Amino acid sequence: MLGEYEMVIERGKVAEFARATGSRSPGYFGDDAPIPPTFLVTSSFWAPEGEDALVQRLGLNLPRVLHGGQEFSFPGRLPHAGDRLTVRLTVESVTEKAGRRGGNMTFIVLLTRYLAPDGVVVAESRATTIERGAAS
Amino acid sequence: MSAQLFAGDVTVGDTVGELVVTPTEITLFRFSAMTWNPHRIHFDTPYAATEGYPGPLVHAHLHGSYLARLVVEWAGPRSRLTRFRWQNRQYAVPGDELRITGTVTSVDGRLVSCELAETNQRGETCAPGWATVELPEKNS
Repeated sequence: MLGEYEMVIERGKVAEFARATGSRSPGYFGDDAPIPPTFLVTSSFWAPEGEDALVQRLGLNLPRVLHGGQEFSFPGRLPHAGDRLTVRLTVESVTEKAGRRGGNMTFIVLLTRYLAPDGVVVAESRATTIERGAAS
Repeated sequence: MSAQLFAGDVTVGDTVGELVVTPTEITLFRFSAMTWNPHRIHFDTPYAATEGYPGPLVHAHLHGSYLARLVVEWAGPRSRLTRFRWQNRQYAVPGDELRITGTVTSVDGRLVSCELAETNQRGETCAPGWATVELPEKNS
C-alpha cells in the first residue's frame, strides 16, 4: 500500500471544481452537492506526504510520464459535500510493453479506494500512468 | 436546471447531447490550482515548447471532466453514474475548440451505457470515454 489518509469533501471545493470545468449546473452549488465524478483527483491534496513524495516512491521520471487514462466506479451514490472519506492508495499492476517507436513503456495502474466511515467502498479509481523509456 | 431522464426515455443510438468548450490559459490555470497540480506543462508556454508542444497542455483530468460533464448533465441530477472511464490520446492547448459528444450503446433496464468522445477542430479524437448511468423510474 502506498498510503492511507482522510479526505473531506468540502462544499466550496465542489462548487469551485464544477466552475473550473465550466459547469454552472445548480446541483453543484448547494449544501448537499454531489461531487463531479472526476473531483476525486483532488484527493492527492490530502496526502500527508504530498504528490511529489508519491512520484519519488514510484521512481517516476516526470517528463517521461503520461496519464494514459482513468476509470472511476461508484457502487452507491456519489460522495457528497460534507462526507469524510478514507483514501487507500495502492499499485494494482506494473506492466512493461515494447513501444512502437523503440524503447520500453511501463504501464502503472494506481488503484485508489475511497471508503465511508463504516468501511463501505463508495468509489474506486484506476489511473493508468505510462512512463516512456529512453528512445533507443 | 438540467432536464431529468427516466428509465425508458432512451434507446440505443440516441445522442448524449453536445458540449463545445474552448479552454483558455486561465481555464488551465484555474484547473491546476483546483487540483493542486504543480506541473509546468500546464501553465508555462516556454517550458511546454521544450517538450515540443505549441502551448500549455489541457490536463488529462480536464479532458475527463468535460466528458463526465456531458453525460452527468444529460442524464439529470437524479440519475446515478456507476462507471466512467476515459483515455488520453491527443493533447489540446488553449484556443483549441473541443467538441464533446456521445451515443447510447446499450440499455439494460435502468442502466444506460454510452460511448463518449472529445474531438478537436481538426476532427482528431483527444479523449474517448465510456460511461454507465442508472436512471430513476418515472414514477419514483
